[in-house]
Parts: sequence; C-alpha cells; structure tokens
Amino acid sequence: MSAFRALILRDLRLSFRAGGEALTLVLFFVMVGVIVPFAIGPDRPQLMRLAPGIVWIAAFLSMLLGLDRLFRTDDDDGSLTLMRHSVLSLEAVVAAKLIAHWLVTAIPLIIATPILALLLSMRADQWGLTVLALACGTPALTAFGGIGAAVTVGLRRGGLIAPVLILPLVIPVMIFGVGSTDSLVGGSAVLLLFAFSLVACVVAPFAAALALRAAGE
Amino acid sequence: MNSTEPASGAAAPTALIARGLTVLRGERLLFDDLSFTVETGGVLLLRGANGAGKSTLLLALAGIVRPDLGRVVYEVDGQQTDRATELHLLGYQSGIKSRLTVTENLGFWRQMYGPTGLSVHHALQELGIAGLAELEAGYLSSGQNRRLALARLLASHRNIWLLDEPTATLDAEGEALLGRLIDRHREQGGIVVIATHHDLALANRSGIETLTLGGAR
Repeated sequence: MSAFRALILRDLRLSFRAGGEALTLVLFFVMVGVIVPFAIGPDRPQLMRLAPGIVWIAAFLSMLLGLDRLFRTDDDDGSLTLMRHSVLSLEAVVAAKLIAHWLVTAIPLIIATPILALLLSMRADQWGLTVLALACGTPALTAFGGIGAAVTVGLRRGGLIAPVLILPLVIPVMIFGVGSTDSLVGGSAVLLLFAFSLVACVVAPFAAALALRAAGE
Repeated sequence: MNSTEPASGAAAPTALIARGLTVLRGERLLFDDLSFTVETGGVLLLRGANGAGKSTLLLALAGIVRPDLGRVVYEVDGQQTDRATELHLLGYQSGIKSRLTVTENLGFWRQMYGPTGLSVHHALQELGIAGLAELEAGYLSSGQNRRLALARLLASHRNIWLLDEPTATLDAEGEALLGRLIDRHREQGGIVVIATHHDLALANRSGIETLTLGGAR
C-alpha cells in the first residue's frame, strides 16, 4: 500500500512542479466559458438554458488536453518498464496513476465552475447540480481517457488519436451529465452517471494494463 | 529498515533458468532455442555485436518481451516462480524524473520496489553522490544519473540483477565501484546478467560464463 501511495504522491508532485500544468487546463476551461457568450450573444435566458451543456463541453475538452501526458512521460524515460518489476501489479500502477490524474485534472475544474456559472448566468441550483454531475462523471472521463492513453502510448502523435478512440465511450457520460441538471429526470441521471463511473473505474485499470503490456513488447 | 545488511531472504539459493528461448523480432530470428542456467553467485556475460539481441534477451529474461518459444523461470529456495519482483533491470532508460530531487527519485523507487535494502542516504553514499541528495535530478551529469540508477539496486534488495551496458557514461572510478558492487552482490548469493562490451573488474573470476549472441542470423 505504501508503494501505491508513493506513486500517487510522486505524480501529484510532478504535476505541481511541471510549471502549472493544472493551471493551463483550468484557464482553457474558463476560456470556453468566456468565448461562448460572445459567440451566441448576450441572451441571458438562452445562455442559462445552454449553460450545463457548455460546462460539460469545456470540461470534456480540457480533460482531453491533459490525457496525452498520462503514460507518455513515464514511457519515454523508462519508468513504465521499471514499474513492471515493482511490488505493485501493473493494474495497480494504472489505478494509482488514474487517481493522481483525476485529482490534478478534474478537481481544479470543479473548483473553477463558479466562474463559468457567473459567465453563463447559471442559477445557483443549476450550478449545484452541475458540480454534483461533474464530481460523479469525471472519474469515467479519466478512466476511459486512461484506456485511450494506454492504447496510444506506443504511437508518436498518439495524443490526437486517443480522444477519437474514446469518443464513443464518453458520449453516454455527456448525455447523463447534462441530463443531471434536468429537473424532471435529474436524480436518476446522476445515479446512472455514478454507476457508469464506477464501472469505468473498475474496468479501466485492467484494460489499460493490458494495452501497456502489449505496447512494451 | 536502516540496516546495512540485506533482508534475511538474501542468502536463499536462487537460479535464473532459460529454457529453449526463441525470439523473433519482426521477420528476424534473434536467437533460437537458447537454454542456460545461472546459479546463485553466478555471472553471465552477454556479448555480441550491435543488434545481436543482447538487450532483447535481457528484456525477455525480465518478462517484458514474451519469447515466441520457451520460457524463463526464476527459482528461489527451490521454488519455481515467474514473479517479476525477484529482479532488477537496469537499462539505458533509468526512470529518473528531472524535476524531482535525487532523494525523491530514489525514495520513490525504494517504495515501489519494497524497502528491503539500504536506506536512501546509505545507498547514495555507496555510490558517492550523497552530496547531491537535495539537487534536482535534471542538473545531474549523465554519469551521476547512472550512479543514481545504480543506487536503486542497493535501496531494494533483489536477487537477480539484469544490467544492460551498466558502465556506459561511468568514469574509471565508477567502473571499479560497479565491479565491487557486483562482487558483493555475488557474495550475498545474487545473480548478475550483464550485457557489456567492457571487461569489468571483478574480483572473483570463477563462476563467470560468457554467452556470445549473434549466431542465429
């Protein structure tokens, strides 16, 4: 267990030292929120109606931005090969890296949502539901993203292919994520979203580890 | 866990057994039906021209590359195992993160491989880089980098060392040091497989076998 913790701590430490990687993602996230009102005009009721969808699109795109780094840096310097002889199984290594990745990519976005809520003139209850939906849905985005990143780790320029690969997997996350803010079906949508995340988190370490083993040969 | 003596399992008789290894890389047959056994305290030197398959054989012994035929078995205390936690692999990629300090780098791998050897401080001292402990690893010269990678072998005790060109970038004093480390590892019952073009200064010349690759082309 101490190896598991050491791996999470190392990844957190690296991302904090790598010159504000998390900050870049947050800025991108906020930037989308800044641009949209200019693009569709200052029509407040319309903005309010579109707001949850825009927040999800922004979150989705900024999480894809950080995806490529998940395994590539460790693959480039040989860490990934060395980790295969560690006391952790490769599945546990992937799980630890996904947890660390979620902490540095998803949590800052959730913290930054009030800014987007202001820009898009969201209601307070709408914002609360969106935060809840993001908290329940982003683990699935990270988990599926991890599978995509593992499959493409052997490819140069794989960073552009991974999002296309995982697109079919994350569309349900988007549907239920945006649906969570609906006053009629919101409750069941959140539950489905959470169930989806749980399944993804269980499957992803095994699928990604399998892909990494194949890439190592 | 600060003892300078390795864990009690160190003296367990160990063997590294290759049975009928055949590895194809692409269309090329690298080696065909290769069988050997390295017993406790033994050294196997791998020789051969560039591209003869020395590194690939080490990867196959480490379980990273799956042989097309045959298998690799580690034997500890008469028990056969294929667990990868019996070995250290030292390649040209050393898994060192330039943004972490020397201590953080070694401390991380010590946790990942199990803290069964020297403490971080002692291991750095053995390799003569204790004075650089708080420096970011990005500032190390390539020789110092190599010493840091070698310190990993001491921080976690593993019976089998697989070394790929371990003397690369080391100075004369470093080569002598590596020779002493290997001597001591053998006295403790360890096994060393080395792919190298250099003649290492080993005290005990008995029990050293040489395998020249490149016959099967």
